[in-house]
Amino acid sequence: MLNYALQRIGLAIVIVFLVVFALFVMIHFIPGDPVAIALGPRATPEIEARFVAKMRLDEPLYMQFFAFLGGVLQGDLGNDIFSERPVLTILFEALPYTVILATAAMAWSAALGIFLGCFSAARPNSLIDRITGVVSIGTITVPSFVVSIYMLIVFAVFLKWLPVIGAGEPGNFWDQARHLILPAFAVGLGWVGYVARMVRASMLEVIGENHIRAARSFGLPHRVVVYRYALKVAILPTITLLGIGFGNLLSGAVFAEIIFSRPGIGKLIFDMVMTRNFPVVQGGVLVTAILYVATTLTADLLAAAMDPRIRKSL
Amino acid sequence: MTDRFEPAGESAFSEDRKPAATLRMVLRTPQGVIGVTIVAVFLLSALFAPAIAPYDPFQINIPDRLQAPSLNHLLGTDQLGRDTFSRILYGGRIAVQLAGIAVGLSLAIGLVLGMIAGYGPRWFDNLMLLLFDTIRSFPTIVMAMAVVSLTGPSLEMVMAIFVINAVPGFGRIARTQTLALRNTEFILAEHSLGASTALILRRHIMPNVVGPLLILAAMDVPVVITVEAGLSFLGLGVLPPTPSWGSLLNEGFRILRDTPWPVIAGGLPLIITTLGFTFLGESLRDVFDPKLRKEP
Repeated sequence: MLNYALQRIGLAIVIVFLVVFALFVMIHFIPGDPVAIALGPRATPEIEARFVAKMRLDEPLYMQFFAFLGGVLQGDLGNDIFSERPVLTILFEALPYTVILATAAMAWSAALGIFLGCFSAARPNSLIDRITGVVSIGTITVPSFVVSIYMLIVFAVFLKWLPVIGAGEPGNFWDQARHLILPAFAVGLGWVGYVARMVRASMLEVIGENHIRAARSFGLPHRVVVYRYALKVAILPTITLLGIGFGNLLSGAVFAEIIFSRPGIGKLIFDMVMTRNFPVVQGGVLVTAILYVATTLTADLLAAAMDPRIRKSL
Repeated sequence: MTDRFEPAGESAFSEDRKPAATLRMVLRTPQGVIGVTIVAVFLLSALFAPAIAPYDPFQINIPDRLQAPSLNHLLGTDQLGRDTFSRILYGGRIAVQLAGIAVGLSLAIGLVLGMIAGYGPRWFDNLMLLLFDTIRSFPTIVMAMAVVSLTGPSLEMVMAIFVINAVPGFGRIARTQTLALRNTEFILAEHSLGASTALILRRHIMPNVVGPLLILAAMDVPVVITVEAGLSFLGLGVLPPTPSWGSLLNEGFRILRDTPWPVIAGGLPLIITTLGFTFLGESLRDVFDPKLRKEP
């Protein structure tokens, strides 16, 4: 286990390093003058010179890269171009909103998906199983931002039931929870189908195995066999899926945050893209990528801890 | 998600299948029929958009602005009085172009890299895997926002971003299939008869690898359409007044206070085509790969 964990963590570190490198390359090799893009056409030569010096744009590329890398390692992602506040502070203000949204979305969709998956697997090819199958594909294919927009129309324009703008009053738990419902629904919907299908497939595999038949032959109730015995094994591939899924949820969260004007890392990056505030964009992408790598890593390690077979496969 | 294709070492692709026979098998399930129908309608309506569209998609007609759906304007009109139905038809043309070029390019690049990774030296294989993993750890939309902020929005940028993100999916499958094939007898026989690596890859490995990639291609069409629509919705892809499905949503979202119809209408083709291509992809997989078929 330790060996596997070390290899897996090593790989994650290499990937994060490559992401940092790719970000750097992207910023420096994509055509376009960063000074002109950031400052606009009306900047005087003095302002430009000050910007170049501050961003170290006059130094050789490899020096810039090591300065950038060194900064990242020390948690220094530079400063906001306009407000001069540290990028990391700005990011950490927005991050909790996104994490809460993604977690809420994942929680409800995983719970419902696992239940639907078990339910269909226990009655393969029944009518309910087929309906669940079609609904699953339906939820997977509908783009999450279309769901967000439709939710907005239904609940804000027609019904006026739920708040659709912002994240609620700080400190007021119920208000915040009410603001969370629509975005969390929109972001999580697609995952219900994925999880249900994954659980169904691995459940069907597991249910045919000997230890399940043994449990059945001991006369254990159906519910106990399915949810206690079979699910324990069948849930493993789903854990990995959820790890990867969390990253995809972050992408979905970008749209939900923009559409529902909800603070968060996605809306932050979007706003900063619009105002050409590169240090924040760069930091935001990096933090998102690290979050993504970290969740995948956690899911892999968790799956390995629960399933000895996986540890030998790397 | 793509991992489910990986176990298919020796699939039914090794046999020669005629397209007509495949189509007949796909059409045996309701899912297949729905998928093929939607995809056919999508392609035909894009192809014949100028003939079907009741209005010019760019024709501004202020007296008729912000209309709800009616017989005159099937899906209503936008803030400039342009006919939404016509704009959606023309938006379909952009979606078809984009899907064809972007998915085709990703397939080609993924195929070549994957085959070389599977057949070539070990270090190249490891390098490719690392590269694929790294690309996968960038959330697509976030990366796209960062890139577009530097280059400015355009259809070409959307394509490039999609290709970079989709190549690993194709590459991984091509690699796994190639690995499964490289030590089979017919490949070893070719090798011992003195066939060059390029010839083996092109003549013998590629035909056996390309099949599963086609399934992934069918499944990736809705993804690229969604990515385009998403980015254009954010104002980072196709820009108005060009009628793409995403830019329709973008414009409609801005006038949501006046009328919800452009947004409602703009989302429908997205939902329907993604559903159609997913159904088609699933049916194709069921036909081609009996191992992955649903349990009886």
